[in-house]
This record gives sequence, structure tokens and C-alpha cells, in this order.
Amino acid sequence: MTEALIEAIGLTKDFDDFRAVDSVDLSVRPGEVVALLGPNGAGKTTTIRMLASLLTPSSGTALVAGFDIRRDPDEVRARVGLLTEHHGLYMRMRSEEYLEFFGGAYRLPRGVLRERSTRLLELYGLAGDRRRRLGEYSKGMRQKLALVRALLHDPPVLLLDEPTSAMDPSSAFLVRGSIAQLRQESRAIIVCTHNLKEAELLADRIAIIRGGQLIATGTATSLKQAYLGRRQMEVRLARPLDGAARLLPRGTHVVASGADWLRYETEDPQETNPRFLRSLGQAGIDVVTLAEVERSLEDVYLQVVGQPRPPV
Amino acid sequence: MSAATAPLRAAHGAWLVARREIRDQGRDWRILAPIAMLTLFFPLLMNFTARAAVDFVNRYGAPLVGERLIPFLLLVVGFFPISISLVIALESFAGERERLSLEPLLVTPLSNMQLYAGKMLASLVAPVLAAYLGIVVYSAGLILRLDWRPPVPLLVQVVLLTTAQALVMVAGAVVISSLTTSVRAANLLASFIIIPVAQLVILESLIMFWGQYSVLWYIVIGLVVTSALLLRMGIHLFNREELLGRELDVLNLAWVGRVVRSEFGAGARGLREWYGGLFRHSLPRALPALGLVSLVMVVGYGIGLWAARQWTLPAELMTLRADPQVVLDHLRQLGFLQPEGWLWVLSNNVRAILLASVLGAFTFGVLALVLLTIPVILVGYFAGNLALAGASAGTVLSALVLPHALVEIPAAMLAGAAIVRWGMVVVSPSRGRSLGHHWLAGFAEWARLMVGLVVPLLAVAAAIEVFITPLIAVRVLFGG
Repeated sequence: MTEALIEAIGLTKDFDDFRAVDSVDLSVRPGEVVALLGPNGAGKTTTIRMLASLLTPSSGTALVAGFDIRRDPDEVRARVGLLTEHHGLYMRMRSEEYLEFFGGAYRLPRGVLRERSTRLLELYGLAGDRRRRLGEYSKGMRQKLALVRALLHDPPVLLLDEPTSAMDPSSAFLVRGSIAQLRQESRAIIVCTHNLKEAELLADRIAIIRGGQLIATGTATSLKQAYLGRRQMEVRLARPLDGAARLLPRGTHVVASGADWLRYETEDPQETNPRFLRSLGQAGIDVVTLAEVERSLEDVYLQVVGQPRPPV
Repeated sequence: MSAATAPLRAAHGAWLVARREIRDQGRDWRILAPIAMLTLFFPLLMNFTARAAVDFVNRYGAPLVGERLIPFLLLVVGFFPISISLVIALESFAGERERLSLEPLLVTPLSNMQLYAGKMLASLVAPVLAAYLGIVVYSAGLILRLDWRPPVPLLVQVVLLTTAQALVMVAGAVVISSLTTSVRAANLLASFIIIPVAQLVILESLIMFWGQYSVLWYIVIGLVVTSALLLRMGIHLFNREELLGRELDVLNLAWVGRVVRSEFGAGARGLREWYGGLFRHSLPRALPALGLVSLVMVVGYGIGLWAARQWTLPAELMTLRADPQVVLDHLRQLGFLQPEGWLWVLSNNVRAILLASVLGAFTFGVLALVLLTIPVILVGYFAGNLALAGASAGTVLSALVLPHALVEIPAAMLAGAAIVRWGMVVVSPSRGRSLGHHWLAGFAEWARLMVGLVVPLLAVAAAIEVFITPLIAVRVLFGG
């Protein structure tokens, strides 16, 4: 198994008498995207700041790109690309000056800096605006430039806090595409987001944090299974049911039904669905559709963080 | 990275931070406009003022006033532009935090030292260069319009004073800026810099009008030492944790209480254990400061003796002749030999120590040392005068001072050491704790020494002073 680029063990942070992060264990391998989800104040930003060696853990530690965040903070910072929650640009600068400053801070040779700046500005559609003051940029442009800043030194580890917030749909699509590309380049990526659809689209694994504790981790599918119970199937027939429910194989359980449709739970759809379809066929009942009922990550999230869904 | 190139790289990183900020300042008309006004227009106005003042005082036969005014205005011309450095420095970290641009900067591999030095440089360069330019413009005006050439030593003094003052203000302001969460909070705390510096400028102007220019060298040295202390403090305190860890400047009284209680108690389960900790840990920790206080007191006594030679009192004042009974009656009227007198002496001494503590806590202990040394200087002055009058200083002091001083002086020295430790705790705090935590721990240590040793010793000294010293003094000096 490939060695993880981020390996946090018992990461804990106290601010005076307040515990912001409590014994977080988290591992992210190269080419893996982990979405860190949680309500405001759950400890996401503090976790990210510890992984970027901006805050020292009260206990526990983490290895980032092979360096200990406590012992080698400078080495860690040189290998982490951090997109902060707020873009934090210097508004009187031009984008080329801005990138020149950060390139200097990351000790990039002049030629490399020029090549990367040009390539990234072109990739994110900012090349034409490189001589404009950043104060004149739109919110989305500022966010994209902040992402360019985070990528400028070609870091193996990316910590992205709300990467597509304030972006229009096409810019957000572009950024999501580039995150997918960055994953293919074997980087370890943590994305903090409140956009659960985006998390599901981007992330290989989801980690949910509440009250500083990591309370759930896994793939979106495994979390759904763990928190929302067995998978549900919905079948729609060409005519009224007329006792079609009786044809359901054992191990399934009807949860809802209408005049010409029914919804059932099953442990193993690969085994039960073909059997059910065969039975329906033998009974001469035509099937219009058979599909899995979509369950969102939002349902999982709300269940995990303990907030009931508000009534519609 | 080789050891030889490390300082160069460090300097490059600091300059990178400074250059960005200076470039930013160059695009901000709110900084450019006052600098331009203070460097070009203000010196010309001062030239006009100097000329008008010289003409005016010459008319009334007081050319000296004019001569003294010209150098003073040189100092003012240099000081006004550097006041802008305070504004820039106060904004350095607090402003970035407010504009949310701090985190991207802190996540770069630039070291704490590079960030700190870069911010210092950025705050200093433009205002100090503006101050130098202002001095040049003013001096050129003096030469051209008044035909008065400023002496080179004076110019050097003013340039050094200007630079050192800017350094002190910026070093202090960067510390404040790195410890506050908003520019507003930093501006509020800036009075800790503005008030002492304003007092200093008043003092400098008095010295200049007095014509004692050599004293200004001591002020330059004092400013350099102060800025070195502030720089050391800033470097020790500056860390990413402090800059990002706190979101609000909220006074958490419960936490304050907990820290002070825990540091004061030091985990002791009873009075015996507490005193054990006081003697085993607190007292040894105070020993270096105690050494410093002892040295200062010896120097103070020496100053008293020197002052007695400079300003000798008439010998007849040093003659002690009176009826012992009358002296005792007078002493009783003053409260001596009575319990109320004991309370009065004790409360006075405790009040003096508390005043010294308050002053010392915010001045690295310096003002506390000054205050606590004054009585020693007076004793030295008195002893010197007695010796010059041919009296036996040893006998008089043994009778009048020694009995209670045997307890009171160690108490005062211990108090001085506790205050110096508390005042200095902010200069070199250890990593991993906030400045507030250090300051509170310093306060708790001060309180341990005060409660455990100083106040009990002062109570004993007051009892001796009120009930025993008068009797010894009357017996030895008046034969009662």
C-alpha cells in the first residue's frame, strides 16, 4: 500500500480551556481526495491549520509529505498548498506581482516561477487580467487566483478550504476539473466544503467532524449504507400492482407503494433484483423501470451531525 | 543550505516581505500625502518659524532663545515623519489579519524571524527616509535663509535620536500589532508607546533649551537599549500560533483567575508546602534580579555620597542636640511608639512597594528600581553630609536607620527583585505560552514573594522602626 502523504495521529488542539480538535486520526494517500465536512466551528479550519504547521497541536502529531508538523514546520509549509477560506489577496497588487511575491517566499527560481505563473493563469482564465489590480477582480477571479497561489510551488499536499465558494457554475466546474486532474498527479488533497454534492463528486472518502472529533469516515457509499440502512429499490410497472409485492424474493422488505409502483429495501440488490425481475416476467407483468432510490450525502451528514431535516 | 548563505537567505526573505509592503505603501495616498507634507512643506514652515522667532527674540535682546530654538525645530522636523512609522507598524500584522491576508503569508516557508524583520523594515524605511529628507530640507533652509550651519555633532545627534526613536516606536508597535486582533485594538494600545515617547520628546526639548546637548547622547543610548529589549521581546513573542490562534481580544476573567490561582498556589497542599516551594523555587529564581537590585542600591548610596559633596548642607544642621524626653514626646506626637504608628509606617511602605510594582510592571522594572533607590540615595546623602560635618556617620546611621533597616532593606531588595522579574518576564518569554499567560505567571510569582516574604518582613521592620529604633536613637544620640 502506498505510504500516506498525510498521516495524522491523535491530533488535538486546545485554546486555553476550549478543545477545538480532539484526537483526530486521518490518513490521505497520494492521488486521494478526502472531503472534510462538518458544521461551522466543528474544527475543520483548526485541523487544516495544524496540518499546514500554522498551529502546533496540543497533543498528537501528523506527518505531512514525510515531515513532522511539530519538528519540521518549515519543510511542511514548503510542501503544502493551502487555499484559505478567504482569498486574502493584496488588493493593490497586480496578479503577476502577487505571484512573484509568493514565488519568492517559496524560493522558486525566476524561470520556474515565470513558467508556472503563465501556465496556471492561462489554465484558470486569468492570463488576460494579469496586469489589472486585484482590487478590480471579481470574487470568483480572486478565488481562482488564490488557488493559483496555492499551486504555485507545485506542492504534493493540497489543503483546500471551500475551493469553489463565490465562483459561478462554470468556474466551479473548471476548479472541480482541475482538482480531479491534481488527484491524477498523485497529490494528497483535503477539501473542506459545505457543498455536499461537490464533496460527493470530488472525494474518494468523506470525513465528518463535529465538536472537534472525527465522527465518521468512509466512502460516500459506505457512509450511506452505515447511516441510512439498506439500499432501497423502486420498481414501476406498466399496470396496477395487483399483488406484485408477493413476488418479491425473501430478504426484501416493502417500505412504500403506490398504484403502479413499490419501493423495497434489500441487502443485496445484485442477487434480489434479477430474481424479482424474473418473477415479474414469468407473471406477465411488464416493468417500466427498476432503479435504486437515490440517497444523498446530505441525509448522511444530517444524521451524523445530529440535526433533523427541517420540515418541507 | 550552507552556513555562509543562511544569513543572506534570511535577509532576502525579510527584504521580500518589506519590499512588498513598501511597494504597497507607495500606492497608498493616505501614507504618501502626509509623508510628502512632512518632508517638504513642514520643514519649510519650520524654516519660516525659526526665522520669525530669531528675528523676534533678537529684537528684545534674547538671541540665546533663538539659538536654542533652531536645533529644537531640527528635532521636531525629524520626529514628525517618523510618527507615521507608528501607524504603519501598528497596522503591520493587525491590518493583515483584519484583511484576512495573513494566513496565506504565514503558510509560506518564511521563518518567523524573516516575517518579523520584514515587517520592521517595512515600517521603518519610508518614514525614516522621509525624516532624513525633512532634516536635509530644513538644514538647507537654515543655511540659505538664516546663514546658520547646524554643527555636525548636533546633526549626528538628531539623526541618531530620530532613528532610535523610530526604532523604539516601531519595535513596540510591531509587538502590539502581533498581539492584537484588530487595528482598532492596536491603536488603543498604542498609547503605551505614544505617551512615553511624547514625554521623551518634551524632555529632549527641555534639554536642548537648557543647552545640555551632551545629555542627548545618554538618551540615544537609553533608546538603543530600549529598542534592543523591545526587539528581543518581539522576536520571542512573534509566532504563527499567537497570530492565528486567537480570534478575539476578550478578557476571560475566569481563565485569568485560574492561571493566577494555579501559579500562586504552585500545587501546594498547605502553608508549609507553599513556603517550601517559595524558598526552593521562587527565591532562587529571583536571585539574579536580587543581584541587580543590590548593585543598583550600592550605586544609589554612592550617588548620595557624591551628591553630599556637590550640594553640602550647613554643618550646624548635622548637629543633633536636644532633651531626650522632649524628643521622645515629639516622636509620640508623630505616632511613634504607638500601634497606630506601626500601621501608618507599614501602610506607607506597602503603598510605596505597590506603586513601584505598578510602574515596574510596564517599564521592564526600571521605574521600580528608580523609586526604590531614592531612599537609599537620601541615606547616602545624609551619611555624606554627616561625614563632611565631622560627625560619626556610622554612629548616627546605626542609631537612626540600622535597627529597622536590617529587615526593611532586604524586604525592599526582595520586592525590587520580584518587580524586576515581573517587568522583565515579557522580554524573554518561553515559547508555547501567550504573552498574557506569561504576564499573569509573572504577577503570580510577584504575589508569592510579596505575600510570603516582603509584607511579613515589612511588618516586622515597621514594628522595629516604631517601637525600637526611636528608643535606641534617643539613647545613643541624645543620651536618654
